[in-house]
Amino acid sequence: MTVSRVRPIGGYAAHRASRRVARVVRVAGLAALLTVGSLVAAPTAVSAAEQPAESLTVPVGAEPDRTKVTLDASVYGQPGGGRHPVVLLAHGFGGTKDSVALQARELQNRGYVVVTWTARGFGDSGGRIHLDDPNYEVADAKALLGLAAKRPDVQLDSPGDPRAGVMGASYGGALALLLAGTDPRIDGVVAAMTWNDLSQAFFPQAVLTGPLPTPAGRASIATPGPFKQDWASAFFMGAVSAGPASAGPTSSAAARKGAPAGACGRFDPTICRLFVETAQTGVPSDRLLTLLRAHSPAAVVDHVTAPTLLIQGMADSLFGLDQSDATARGLAAAGTPVAVRWSDGGHDAPSSREQEEQDASFGWLDHWVKAGSDPGSALPTPGFVYATASAKRNQPADLWSLPAYPGLAPASATAGASSPTTDPAQPAQPALPARSLPLASHGGAALRPPGGQPAAMVAVPGLSASGVSGSLSTYRLAALPGQSVALNTDPVREPITVVGSPTIRLSVTSNRPVVTLFASLWRVAGGQATLPHALVAPIRVPVTPGRPTPVTVSLPAATYPMPAGSSWRVLLTSTETSFTNDRTPAGVSVEAPPGPHGPGAPPPPRARAPPGGGGGVARGSGRAGGPDGTPIAGATRGVDTEDTIALTAIAVLLLAWLGTALVRRRRRTHEPTRPDLAEVPLVVEHLVKTYSDGHRAVDDVSWRAEKGQVVGLLGPNGAGKTTTMRMVMGLIRPDSGTVHVLGRPVTAGSSVLRRVGALIEGPGFLPHLTGRENLEAYWAATGMDPAGAHLAEAIDVAALGGALERPVKSYSHGMKQRLGIAQAMLGLPELLVLDEPTNGLDPPQIAAMRPILRRYAETGRTVVISSHLLAEVELTCTDVVVMHAGRVVTAGRVADLLDSADTTVLDLAEGLDRADVAGLCAELGRRTGITEVRIDTETRLVVVADLARDAVVRTAVDVGLPVVGVSSRRHLEEVFLGVIDSAAAANGSSQGADSGASLIERLRQVRSR
Amino acid sequence: MSTQAGTAAYDLRQVCRPLSFRAEWRRQWGRRRTRVAFALVVALPIILVVAFAFGDSSSGRRAGTTARFIDLAQTGSANFTLFTLFVSSQLLLILLAALFCGDSVPAEASWASLRYLLIAPVRRARLLTSKLAVGLTLTALATVVLVAWALLVGGVAYGWAPLTNPLGEDLGWSTYLARLAVAVAYIYVTMLPIAAIAFWIGVRSDAPLASVGGAVLTSIVLSILDQIDALDPWRNAFPGHYANAWQELIAPSPVWDDVVHGVLWALVWTILFVQLGYRRFRRADILS
Repeated sequence: MTVSRVRPIGGYAAHRASRRVARVVRVAGLAALLTVGSLVAAPTAVSAAEQPAESLTVPVGAEPDRTKVTLDASVYGQPGGGRHPVVLLAHGFGGTKDSVALQARELQNRGYVVVTWTARGFGDSGGRIHLDDPNYEVADAKALLGLAAKRPDVQLDSPGDPRAGVMGASYGGALALLLAGTDPRIDGVVAAMTWNDLSQAFFPQAVLTGPLPTPAGRASIATPGPFKQDWASAFFMGAVSAGPASAGPTSSAAARKGAPAGACGRFDPTICRLFVETAQTGVPSDRLLTLLRAHSPAAVVDHVTAPTLLIQGMADSLFGLDQSDATARGLAAAGTPVAVRWSDGGHDAPSSREQEEQDASFGWLDHWVKAGSDPGSALPTPGFVYATASAKRNQPADLWSLPAYPGLAPASATAGASSPTTDPAQPAQPALPARSLPLASHGGAALRPPGGQPAAMVAVPGLSASGVSGSLSTYRLAALPGQSVALNTDPVREPITVVGSPTIRLSVTSNRPVVTLFASLWRVAGGQATLPHALVAPIRVPVTPGRPTPVTVSLPAATYPMPAGSSWRVLLTSTETSFTNDRTPAGVSVEAPPGPHGPGAPPPPRARAPPGGGGGVARGSGRAGGPDGTPIAGATRGVDTEDTIALTAIAVLLLAWLGTALVRRRRRTHEPTRPDLAEVPLVVEHLVKTYSDGHRAVDDVSWRAEKGQVVGLLGPNGAGKTTTMRMVMGLIRPDSGTVHVLGRPVTAGSSVLRRVGALIEGPGFLPHLTGRENLEAYWAATGMDPAGAHLAEAIDVAALGGALERPVKSYSHGMKQRLGIAQAMLGLPELLVLDEPTNGLDPPQIAAMRPILRRYAETGRTVVISSHLLAEVELTCTDVVVMHAGRVVTAGRVADLLDSADTTVLDLAEGLDRADVAGLCAELGRRTGITEVRIDTETRLVVVADLARDAVVRTAVDVGLPVVGVSSRRHLEEVFLGVIDSAAAANGSSQGADSGASLIERLRQVRSR
Repeated sequence: MSTQAGTAAYDLRQVCRPLSFRAEWRRQWGRRRTRVAFALVVALPIILVVAFAFGDSSSGRRAGTTARFIDLAQTGSANFTLFTLFVSSQLLLILLAALFCGDSVPAEASWASLRYLLIAPVRRARLLTSKLAVGLTLTALATVVLVAWALLVGGVAYGWAPLTNPLGEDLGWSTYLARLAVAVAYIYVTMLPIAAIAFWIGVRSDAPLASVGGAVLTSIVLSILDQIDALDPWRNAFPGHYANAWQELIAPSPVWDDVVHGVLWALVWTILFVQLGYRRFRRADILS
């Protein structure tokens, strides 16, 4: 079901924008609205504002005992000249004029003269609390209005009649209504969270005499309901504990009549006594009821002519929506323009739409008071605005509006000359469509325990404010075993929102002459019962014991969004902790006869119960019943602060990324290519690398490898061979120096590396793939044409046979090594870099590898090998580069290094005495022309001489050495050790410790690699 | 390519980008950890069905108080899938995301194959991109497989009743599947920060365990900190703070606020850590 007139107001985004303001206002708003709830709240500090408020002491009417009374008042004037409308701003119960100072400032800034005062009996004002007695508090307000009329900055409608509005919440709200009902000078009223009839507020009765067309209307039976003791005590204690500061002499009358002196605080003794009596019995005396009614707007509402805005809360177990509904009905009946707002706040909890409510209040005053609009003109706000709980957690309520409060009598019925009948902006609003929900369960029995304890906890003030009921089901606290009856409805098929008070017809039977029950409305969804509003509807009805009595009950009025599939549970409890419970035990059985109508039957119009009785009937406005059922608040989601922060962070990160990418691109294009080196497979120039630990692994290394060469890179541990290789392959970034492959600079991932194959520090394979799959996977990773892989050749090199199809994790070290070499040779790269290729290979495999590498280089390609097997390098390589301690100590062709004209190697016969050989060598060394004689092994001498080789041999034989072989070549090992030794000596102190070690030791070190 | 013009014998031709998605996919798909992860994903719904079969379904329900996913899990395929998604999104899927995205680089490093990829040559950024793309795809695949398989297993085990959510609202299948798809996408996005942290740690460290463990540890520490009210509203920015916001989508009127927040914050952390990973890897000396 859809009501097209219903539209949401108060956009989500708009609210977000005004949140900061709302927080500020909340301080004042809470103080004004909730002073009953927070009785000991300190007055809000007034910030230093432009216009100081004038503090006044106003003498007003004396107390009944003739005690003189002065009020502590403040006037927020408009000294700028001109005349301005005046607003009387009344505070809540327990507050003072300071409670509303912030609001007063705002009104002052809007161009009003604002009068605030501390009500009689509070703060620094004298007198006693008479609960908005027309003869005292209301008369005080009239006096203040008269005072305002004399001010030079106050606008007058006629002499003595200022242009005036009155505004207040709770205690102040009732005062506003009472003032407007007794003083025709008032031009506009805003009354929030206040009562219509104080007797009904404290003795609420939810049993109806008949249906009402208004959403929250409650035409109760005459029997007063149970005593709302919690709130009454809070009221009372608040006033008492406020202390009798300047209350004047204690009334002897109060003492005489049983109320101890001091127990009444600043309460008027009569009111005090009546309250104390009632609190003891739980049943009101007629005198009390009369007194409460006299202190209620209900008594004067038909005299109110000033347009009135009523704001009432759903989180309000003190003054429910039925109170404002009754006031609105009274006002409409008198033809007074009225607008109603249902807030989600109240005496129990703050409103989530404080700002909107304040804006509406000020807008109302602006329209009717400041602008002085004609009473027949259109309302400045929608006639009815109601809040529904947001579907989002911790989000402000959604607001909805109707042009007028439903079901009110058309203003034309009683309006005078300025009849708005023809005014299209203010049409009479028909009642909301009603809808009935069939009941699924139909009764039960509940006992009231003796003493009325334990009591169910449903409408506990503050329970919902503290958020407990929102996050935790309080059903177990409410539905005490044996003390409650739960009546479930069938689930709703379509989502609906019920606005107002649902009603249910019951039949109750008891063994006592009075049945007291407390009805609360729970939403059941997914097996979980939640209390949408911590409110109860008390039932107190006289019955004949043993005989069923039919009653129609108005359940707590509020807005109830019901998602599809959810159902209602009406919980009837025999006790309620916030009320005075009868202490006599009682049993009551409840029956709700099944309704005759099926789920599809159309609901009877305007009926609270279907003909034939039974069934709970919800009067609902179908705001959620749109054909698509989509809540509009979800669709209009704006960008909130958190979104903004996150989006900004994303933007900053992306920009940073973009910036660094641009810088990098620019830098990359500036790296030079070297056309002059285009034909040289590898040129290493001035490479320097210092690791982060400070170790300089490579220090100004330069060498090159030409086409067709097999270059051996030699050096002891830590010489920097592997570091150099890694820099050649772009794995390590050099501190300075360059590597060029075929003239192109090598950096990480340079595309020229595709022309290089490498095995560095052992092979690396995916263990779960076979050898062949690994080669394929590697080639696939290069992204190059599979045809160019020369896979067959590589597999030949690997010589793995059947093992090629086994996972690599089963391979031996040597097999992996061969596969690694094969992988390096994939695609037959122009430069093959092999780091320790013979590692793990057995001698036949090493021998087999030798011609492969030779042949590879002979095709015009280049091989760079680092190895510790010096003999192997000697046999395989054409060129060597010897490194030591990060530097190149020698480089050149192998043949050049090994061949040397001045060196002769002599092989000696076996089995000679070592000492003899040493002696003979010494002898040889003394011969002319012989520069140096070194004993290499026991059977080998290295002789360096200026003589020709034959002369050397002759001289050796001459001294008696048994020469059996002569060779011109040294082994690489000798060269290697020689240059390492001299380099170590040249290096000095850093290698000092090493220089003392023997060559054998050094050799062992090299071999151990 | 023009650079090869001078080398007649050089017949190499680039046919696709280095370390293409397909090449990387083949490297990762055959791995045991991938297989085990997917086996677990496939086994989980079956394990749940078996586990539920042990108890009396009605006795497990706690009366009166909060109805939970688990209470409704056996009402049908839709609810079962939701429950499976609920339990697995808490840890299992996060773990898988960290594994798939964090482990691939350090795994290559530990096999010593990383350097060979880099000299293949694959550019550093390209390598990370491929690894990340495959990791994210595997994560997505695992999530989708889990949900699809849970739908099927749930349907076979408990029938094809439409969703009843804990609030008692019923969703039709078409609405449910659409919402489920969005929810799965949302869960995927909220897992990204953890995946990105794992990725970043993986790039910094050579130990595969460090990346997954580090990321999961981070998510645990953050979820602990997330419990501390004093950190409000800063904790809203934590990865994982809005991890359960997808549950608000499985309702007749979905609530998007937290989902939007969750997505945005997830993107912030993901971009940050992915960026840190790239930055680190681009400059790092590869010593493994």
